[in-house]
Amino acid sequence: MLPITNTDATSLHSEPVTNDEPKDLAAFSCPVPFPARERILLGHGSGGKLSVDLLQDVFLPALGNPVLDRLEDQAVVSLSGIRLAITTDSFVVKPLFFRGGDIGSLAVHGTINDLAMGGAVPLWLSVAFILEEGLPIETLQRVVASMQQAAANAGVQIITGDTKVVEKGSADGLFINTTGIGRVRDGVSFSASQAVPGDVLLVSGYLGDHGIAILAEREGLQFDTQVNSDSAPLHTLVARLLETTHEVRCLRDPTRGGLSSTLNEIAASSQVGMELDETSIPVREEVRGACEMLGLDPLYVANEGKLVAVVAPSVAQDALRALQSHPLGKDAAIIGRVTQEHPRMVVMRTPFGTTRIVDMLAGDQLPRIC
Amino acid sequence: MKYLDEYRDARIARALAAEIRRRSTRRWVLMEICGGQTHTLMRYGIDELLADSVDLVHGPGCPVCVTPLETIDRAIALARRPDVTLVSYGDMLRVPGSDTDLFHVKAEGGDVRIVYSPTDAVQLARSQPDRKVVFFAIGFETTAPAHAMAVLQAERLGLKNFSLLVSHVLVPPAIRTLLSHPKNRVQGFIAPGHVCTVVGCREYEDLVREFRVPIVVGGFEPVDLLEAIRMLVIQLEEGRAELENQYVRSVQYEGNRPAQEAVARVFEIADRKWRGIGPIPESGLFLKEKYATFDADRVFDLVDICAQEPAECVSAEVLLGHKKPTDCTAFGTRCTPDKPLGAPMVSSEGACAAYYQYRRHLVTL
Repeated sequence: MLPITNTDATSLHSEPVTNDEPKDLAAFSCPVPFPARERILLGHGSGGKLSVDLLQDVFLPALGNPVLDRLEDQAVVSLSGIRLAITTDSFVVKPLFFRGGDIGSLAVHGTINDLAMGGAVPLWLSVAFILEEGLPIETLQRVVASMQQAAANAGVQIITGDTKVVEKGSADGLFINTTGIGRVRDGVSFSASQAVPGDVLLVSGYLGDHGIAILAEREGLQFDTQVNSDSAPLHTLVARLLETTHEVRCLRDPTRGGLSSTLNEIAASSQVGMELDETSIPVREEVRGACEMLGLDPLYVANEGKLVAVVAPSVAQDALRALQSHPLGKDAAIIGRVTQEHPRMVVMRTPFGTTRIVDMLAGDQLPRIC
Repeated sequence: MKYLDEYRDARIARALAAEIRRRSTRRWVLMEICGGQTHTLMRYGIDELLADSVDLVHGPGCPVCVTPLETIDRAIALARRPDVTLVSYGDMLRVPGSDTDLFHVKAEGGDVRIVYSPTDAVQLARSQPDRKVVFFAIGFETTAPAHAMAVLQAERLGLKNFSLLVSHVLVPPAIRTLLSHPKNRVQGFIAPGHVCTVVGCREYEDLVREFRVPIVVGGFEPVDLLEAIRMLVIQLEEGRAELENQYVRSVQYEGNRPAQEAVARVFEIADRKWRGIGPIPESGLFLKEKYATFDADRVFDLVDICAQEPAECVSAEVLLGHKKPTDCTAFGTRCTPDKPLGAPMVSSEGACAAYYQYRRHLVTL
């Protein structure tokens, strides 16, 4: 009988092995799991499972209250009968400038989008800069000019700000935090907890463009057709949708963690299942190719100018047409539906007629993409 | 994507599946060796498609999974040294060692880098002459040529600060162990196409003759795998046991000679321990004495760490195809990709992780 355990010291070169007897399966076993060493990992910023852990284990126990506990992309509070949406977001994207945008426009768009997903008309933004000692002023000027342009185009004002400088090596060029305030439209109340079986799932266009644009920039990848970030403000697209119908349960922008994380969050929050149709999910050929090469799944790659809508089945076609009538939604598609079966799981129907799970991102696919 | 979409075509896949069902007079037990193949089978639900005609069991071909715990502990010990830059493929970072993983060592300040190619590690050693750069060289016959090239390149550049932490395993000895086992029930194998691209088909021909078992060298796309399964089923139904090559667009009988020569120059074969299976004779590659100065095991003074083992994990039986991941009482509850109990749950190419990721809606946990 071979003594096969993990306590065997593996010699520097090779272990003496005899193979004259069959191995004893009962003696094979695996190591115990290690107790997690509690440190922040890059994966805690991925928008996936580790981010959820951080919320559940650290933030909510300390800071929880009825508004925060809803865990929407924006808080909605009432003041003298006016419903305000408030959101905050930090931007650490690397590189600062990329195809289709830069950290400045991204910060403006990202914050506007978090307000828009709550059905709010975005009004004001704050901006705080954390700058690294040695950053060329010219770089900062380019970022600020881009922010101004993005805010002006979107019809929002940047009304307050702050600047801090840290020693060289304590930050990577510059980081931005933005807070946004908007006014929630009357008669509108979206929440990830409102999806019900039968509802229809839509996306507003091609998935994965932002993540792949960033990665291509970072890794120096060349494609026949270059992919641009989809960074864009979505509030006018939401307005177009709401002109058609208010039968919208939930809007989300699938940023970090991609479509899969967003749908898993909604499924968990509403205690429902989801079934997607793989052939209907819009992904550009170039993005598919890049993902294939890099071993990524486009469903997990970040977007910065797309929304996911959960709508009542009776208005699904109208909602689709409304999205498609807007330049930012022209490639919109119905990608699946909400189900009673397999609650809290998102299941993909493959072209082969089989099914598979689309899970939340476990680790970290691409750090610092926004 | 051209040259890829053709191999994912649903119409062709359904036709192949229908033919496999038509040709099967009984439910054949087939094993795909490579974790990449397992991943494709699960992702496209090919097991579901063929449930009545073929029992697909999953082989030990996930290099991340079978890397011994002691080796991961060594990588962790190296990454913790202030003078070392540990360079690795991304997959290895989240594999738990005895008490932590490389992601956590990185968070604690260890210099851990991810690269796509070992030659990037050679460049790193060149650009950081004051740091000792160790590349965590794991894998099957597929990654061995690139690792051999990295050593040869480092030698040519006269680098004194570059070494490999080697954990290389070979597929045919594992198949031999599996077929020799009294509990073996596998009746046909899909051999790993990428491995055969490098080493060719000869060794697999020996296995076919020795054990009278049909082997088809298969690719990694769903249509590749369905075609390989069809070829196996036809052989079994006709009572033949031959080596056939489905993956002709990549695999040649002789393999890739220059790659084989590079490996033979740098590495030698010896006994190697597989995580979850145990020691297998003549199943590993080790750096030759001539390249001892590039061997992290010999350059650094590394102490082994022992680990306790839970009896619940059935990884050996899963890796040898005796059990399905879902036969394990811990599957999906006490053992998940976040907190793996054993080898096949640690990497996305492991059989348990593939089941967990894609199929757990079909089982009751």
